[in-house]
Amino acid sequence: MRHIISILLENEPGALSRVVGLFSQRNYNIESLTVAPTEDHTLSRLTITTIGDDRKIEQITKHLNKLIDVVKLVDLTEGSHIERELMLVKVKATGAQRAEIKRTTDIFRGQIVDVTSTVYSIQLTGTSDKLDSFLDAIGSTSVLEVARTGVTGISRGEKVLSL
Amino acid sequence: MELLSGGEMLIRALHDEGVELLFGYPGGAALHIYDAIFNQDKVEHILVRHEQAATHAADGYARATGKPGVVLVTSGPGATNAVTGIATAFMDSIPMVVISGQVDSSLIGSDAFQETDMVGISRPIVKHSFMVQNAEDIPAIVKKAFYIATTGRPGPVVIDVPKDVTDPARKFEYRYPETVKMRSYSVPAKGHTGQIKKAVEILLAAKRPIIYAGGGVIQGNASDLLTEMSRLLGYPVTNTLMGLGAYPATDKQFVGMLGMHGTYEANMSMHFSDVVLGIGVRFDDRVTNAISKFCPGAKILHVDIDPASISKTVAADVPIVGSVTSVLEEMLELIKQSDTQVDRKSLDLWWQQIEGWRAKECLKVTPASNDGIKPQQVVQAVYRATKGDAYVSSDVGQHQMFAAQYYHFDKPRRWINSGGLGTMGFGFPAAMGVQLAFPDAVSVCITGEGSIQMCIQELATCLQYGLPVKIVCLNNQALGMVKQWQDMQYGGRYSHSTYAESLPDFVKLVEAYGHVGVRITKLSELDKKMEEAFALKDRLVFVDVSVDPSEHVYPMAIKGGSMKDMYLSKTERT
Repeated sequence: MRHIISILLENEPGALSRVVGLFSQRNYNIESLTVAPTEDHTLSRLTITTIGDDRKIEQITKHLNKLIDVVKLVDLTEGSHIERELMLVKVKATGAQRAEIKRTTDIFRGQIVDVTSTVYSIQLTGTSDKLDSFLDAIGSTSVLEVARTGVTGISRGEKVLSL
Repeated sequence: MELLSGGEMLIRALHDEGVELLFGYPGGAALHIYDAIFNQDKVEHILVRHEQAATHAADGYARATGKPGVVLVTSGPGATNAVTGIATAFMDSIPMVVISGQVDSSLIGSDAFQETDMVGISRPIVKHSFMVQNAEDIPAIVKKAFYIATTGRPGPVVIDVPKDVTDPARKFEYRYPETVKMRSYSVPAKGHTGQIKKAVEILLAAKRPIIYAGGGVIQGNASDLLTEMSRLLGYPVTNTLMGLGAYPATDKQFVGMLGMHGTYEANMSMHFSDVVLGIGVRFDDRVTNAISKFCPGAKILHVDIDPASISKTVAADVPIVGSVTSVLEEMLELIKQSDTQVDRKSLDLWWQQIEGWRAKECLKVTPASNDGIKPQQVVQAVYRATKGDAYVSSDVGQHQMFAAQYYHFDKPRRWINSGGLGTMGFGFPAAMGVQLAFPDAVSVCITGEGSIQMCIQELATCLQYGLPVKIVCLNNQALGMVKQWQDMQYGGRYSHSTYAESLPDFVKLVEAYGHVGVRITKLSELDKKMEEAFALKDRLVFVDVSVDPSEHVYPMAIKGGSMKDMYLSKTERT
C-alpha cells in the first residue's frame, strides 16, 4: 500500500542524506520526495511517498524516528488528508491541437503558463492520479517534457504536525 | 573565562566528559589536536599501529567498562581505516565517540590530499555524526556526541573536525555545557506499565517458559536484576552470543547459549516453549533460524530499548519498549506482589524434559587418541588456568564459537566479541583496551591463526605500553569456519581457506616484537604450559596451540529449519 510520510527535520547540513540513505540502506523504496524549509527556518518539512505492507511501514517510521535529525513525523495516509502534486508539462501544440489542448487543460483546471508558436507549457496541480490522467488525456505523442514535484500533503481538520 | 583553541577545546571537553583514555593515530589533519594532547596530562593517548585497532581497542574498553570508548584519527585513510571498527561497534550497540580530522574547511570538496567524506562514509554505521563548522561549537558538540553515544540504544558517534577549526592561533572562550537538550532525541525510559503487567501475567501462567536474554541486559547493567528474577521464577535461561555473562553460566538454570551454535538443550527449550521472554535481544537470524518455523507454540514477550528492534523479524505478542533495568525492576515487583503462583507442577515437568535434552551432553569432547589437541580442550584449559575469571576477547570463526561454548562466563562484561558484524581482527586490540581499563586483570584473546594476522601489528603497541595480554591461538592451519562450511556444503572443496605452508612461526614472530611465545602441540603438556603462560603476569605471552584441523563446531543449526533442527556431530542430526 502507498503511504505518505511527512517529516519535520532539523534544517542541518546532511540531514536529508540521512533520511534518503536510510531508505537505500534498508532496502525501502521512495516513490517521491519533496523537501523545503518551513515557516520556522530551523526546520525542513519533508514528504516521502513509499510503498509497503503495514509491517514494512512500521519499520520505516520507527527507523526514521531513530534518526537524530528527525524531530517529528506522521503517516498522513493513516487519517484523512489532503495531498497535492504540482506538474509542469511541455506539449506540442500546433494547428487544431492547440484548441484541443487548451480545452483539456481547462477541464483539468490547469493553466497554460508559457506559449510559443508550437509549444504550450502547462501548470497543473492535484493528486498524483489526476496528473497521470491529464497526461493520458493529452497523449504521450504530444508530451515533450514533464517536471513533477512529487507529493506533499497535510492532515485534514485540527490535527497539525508541528513542535 | 579561559581562552582555548579548537584543538585544546576538544581535548579539554573530553576531560570534562570524564574521558581518561583515547586511542588514536596522528596524521596531517589531526596535528593541531595532537599538539593540544602533548600540552596536557589529563587525557592519556594510546598510540596504536593501525586505526582499525584504535576503534577495536576503544570498543573493548567500552564493553569491559561500560564507559564510552574514544578514538582519534586523521582524515582520509585514517578515517577509512577506522570504518570497520565503527561498524563493529554499531552492530553490537557499543558506546563510542570517534573524532576524525578533516582537511581545511576551504578545501572540502576539492579532492584535497587525504580528503574523504567521513560523515558520508560512516553515515549508515553511526548512531549520529557531526561536522564541526565553528570552533565555538566544539564543547556543545562533544557533549551531545557523548550523550547520544551512551544513552538509549548506545552506538558510535563520529565528530569530523576540519583542520582550520583546531587552529592553535585562534582562541575562543571555553565553557563546557552541564546539560544537553535536543528536541529531536529522547531516550525511552520506563516501559508501558499495562504492557508489563500483561507480560507478567503471561509469564506466570506459562507451562514451558524460557528466558532469552541478550546484549541489552549487559549494556543496560541489568544482569543482577535478570538473575534475581530468573531465580525467583525458577525458569530456564539462555543467553545469546552477545549476552553471555548476563546470567551466570555455571548456574543450574542456565541452559547455555542458543542459536546457530547454541546448545541442544537451549535450542530445544526455545522450540518447545510456550512463552519466550526476550530481554535485550533482537531475534537475530543467527538465533532464530527460519522465521516461519520459529518457536511455533510460543507467545513472544519482547523487551528492548529500541522500538525498531521489536517485531522487526519475529512479531511480538507483548512488545515492551523501555530500558531493561526499569522494565525488569517493574516485572520483579509485580511478580513478588502477584497472587498468581508459578505453576510448579508444569515447571517440574518442563525441567525434566530439559534435563533429558541436557543429558545428551552436546558439548562433550572426545579426546583424540594420539595425544593431539582438540580446539575445545584449549578453551577448557584456558578456563582452568584463569579459574573462569578472565576477560576473554575473541576474533571470529570456529575459535569464537568454541570460546563461547566452553568458557563459562559468570559475570557480565567478561566476554568481548564481535557478534553482529563478525569482525576478524577484533579480538587482540579489544583485549588491549580491556587490559588498559583493568591493568591487574587477566585479559586473554582467544583467536585463530587467521584472525590474529589481521591486527597482529598491535604486538608493538603492547610492548610500548607494557600490556601483558595473553593470546591463545587455536592454530588449525586454515580458516576453520570457512573450511567447515566448505566441508558441509561444498563437497570439501577448500577454495582459498588453507595456507598451512605459508604460516609464520608465531613464537619467533612475537619474540621479534619483544614478547614471549609458547608452542603447545601435545595434550599431555596443554595444562602445564598454559598455566606457565598465564603465570607470566607482566609479559605478553602468545600461546600457539596446534589443534585438530578436522574439528567442526557443533551443534550447528540446519539452514532453513526450526530451532530444533541441528547437526550434533558430523554423523548425527536431530
